[in-house]
Amino acid sequence: MTAAAARVPQPGRRPGAGHAVASERLRALVPPVGAAIVVLLLWEFLLQALGFAEFLLPRPTTIVTAFLQQWPVLQKGIVYTGGEALAGFLVGVSLGVIAAFATARWATAREALMPVAIAASSIPIIAMAPISSAWFGVESPLARIFIVTLMVFFPVMVNTVRGLTSVEASALELMRSYAAGDVDTFRHVRIPNALPFLFTALRIAATLSVIGAVIGEYFGGPRYSLGIYISSEAYLFRYPNAWAGIVCACLIGTVFFAAVLVLERIAIPWHRGDGRDA
Amino acid sequence: MIPDSATPAAAAAATPAAATPVVEIRGVDKTFATASGGVVALQGIDLTIRAGEFVSLIGPSGCGKSTLLRIIGDLTGPSAGDVLVNGKPSHRARLDRDYGMVFQAPVLMDWRTVARNVELPLEVMRYPKADRQARSKRLLDLVELGEFGNRYPWQLSGGMQQRVAIARAFAFDPALILMDEPFGALDEMTRERMNLELMRIWRETETTIVFVTHSIPEAVFLSTRVVVMSPRPGRVNRVVEVDLPPLRTFETREERRYFELVTEVREALRGFEEAAAVDEVVDARIRVEGIG
Repeated sequence: MTAAAARVPQPGRRPGAGHAVASERLRALVPPVGAAIVVLLLWEFLLQALGFAEFLLPRPTTIVTAFLQQWPVLQKGIVYTGGEALAGFLVGVSLGVIAAFATARWATAREALMPVAIAASSIPIIAMAPISSAWFGVESPLARIFIVTLMVFFPVMVNTVRGLTSVEASALELMRSYAAGDVDTFRHVRIPNALPFLFTALRIAATLSVIGAVIGEYFGGPRYSLGIYISSEAYLFRYPNAWAGIVCACLIGTVFFAAVLVLERIAIPWHRGDGRDA
Repeated sequence: MIPDSATPAAAAAATPAAATPVVEIRGVDKTFATASGGVVALQGIDLTIRAGEFVSLIGPSGCGKSTLLRIIGDLTGPSAGDVLVNGKPSHRARLDRDYGMVFQAPVLMDWRTVARNVELPLEVMRYPKADRQARSKRLLDLVELGEFGNRYPWQLSGGMQQRVAIARAFAFDPALILMDEPFGALDEMTRERMNLELMRIWRETETTIVFVTHSIPEAVFLSTRVVVMSPRPGRVNRVVEVDLPPLRTFETREERRYFELVTEVREALRGFEEAAAVDEVVDARIRVEGIG
């Protein structure tokens, strides 16, 4: 949080200030969309001109063709892998938030949970994935949900703890002067203070969850799941299909990320701009 | 020549028996434990504050004036001695929500609109919603921010934010308001305007105010009594009765009597200058060890 005194009035930037903001947002879309188009064009024509073998890095148009051809399979993969990622995301976020509250509230919980969380975050996921498959069965989505939960838990917990505890001392004294109890202090000070931190973690978790699900699927899952699909198509030298699978994983990640951004705008309208994260 | 009380005991004796003291401080000491031994912040403080008074605590930095304010508000405890607020131990008084607090920073909640910031203590104290809204409206009008209830704190200037903090402190009609250098971060012009406003609010609400400040003109302008404290260990060195007319205006600052009182407070503070240099070292040590 920045020093309140340093802030200047900015009436134009009130949450939900109408049309001006909408056109401003459209204009903000121009640079990223433009950059993407330039990269795709270079990819399409430059690689060919430089004599890159098509099978090493297929051109975007080749990938799009493969994508359209393979859509019936990919569609199932998106739903399946996306579902695993979403389930793991929700479980991991819930556990992370619960652990964070316990940690922020009770010193004993802090001493007990922090080492566990740190240990969990240091587990190499690539090593954990086959073990998880052995635990839950190769066919069971629980194996991947477990991997995703493991990956999501730590960033959520650590960020939320920081948000709950990095409260201005004077805000706590103010609540103390009102003879406010723990519940009121959490409700009125700690939780609102933690929300921007939580959303920073959710953005990280949104992309991590897809990565976790795809990695997990390298060690088991139905034939159409994205991880299995990508690895088996690559194994059979059908690289455009493998690339189409990768594009699907990117799509899921992007949709998750966008959903988090939308939620963030609804949940913390007072929090200004993406560049001034807590 | 000036009807001031040289000792706090004399000040207490001068109190009319009828008036109930809002704050009674008896023999308060405060020692901070540091790695290199105890630092005595306050020693033998005796002070009685009557209802309706405006008392400023002034002294060199590190004299413990903020600590004394925090002891009155039960935000920290004394090492020895007693503090009674409204005749109750300060702890009881805090639980009974007998006082409102204003800090140097406005400490507004970013996620609440201005009006809902004023309502915060009322929500904690479970006031009904209609009452909360009526009170926040009345208080925002009082600090002349009636138009700004729906804004967010970051849309206001520093002076306006501090006025919101003042409205919030008065929201639940506490008998006592504790202010810890509330205008310390403001520029001189804003500060003078805020002094006038606070004067008006104090008169309209008839509360008792204890006010910590570094500024001699501010202390004299606002107060009915100025308590001059000595450097560490902080003691009440002198209590200056401010016998200016009760209605202070912009012109008050140009009156002869005002200048005489400013000089008097300044001279009471003057003897400490050499000691203050030594004090800086102790201050730095306390800051490093995190107990300032």
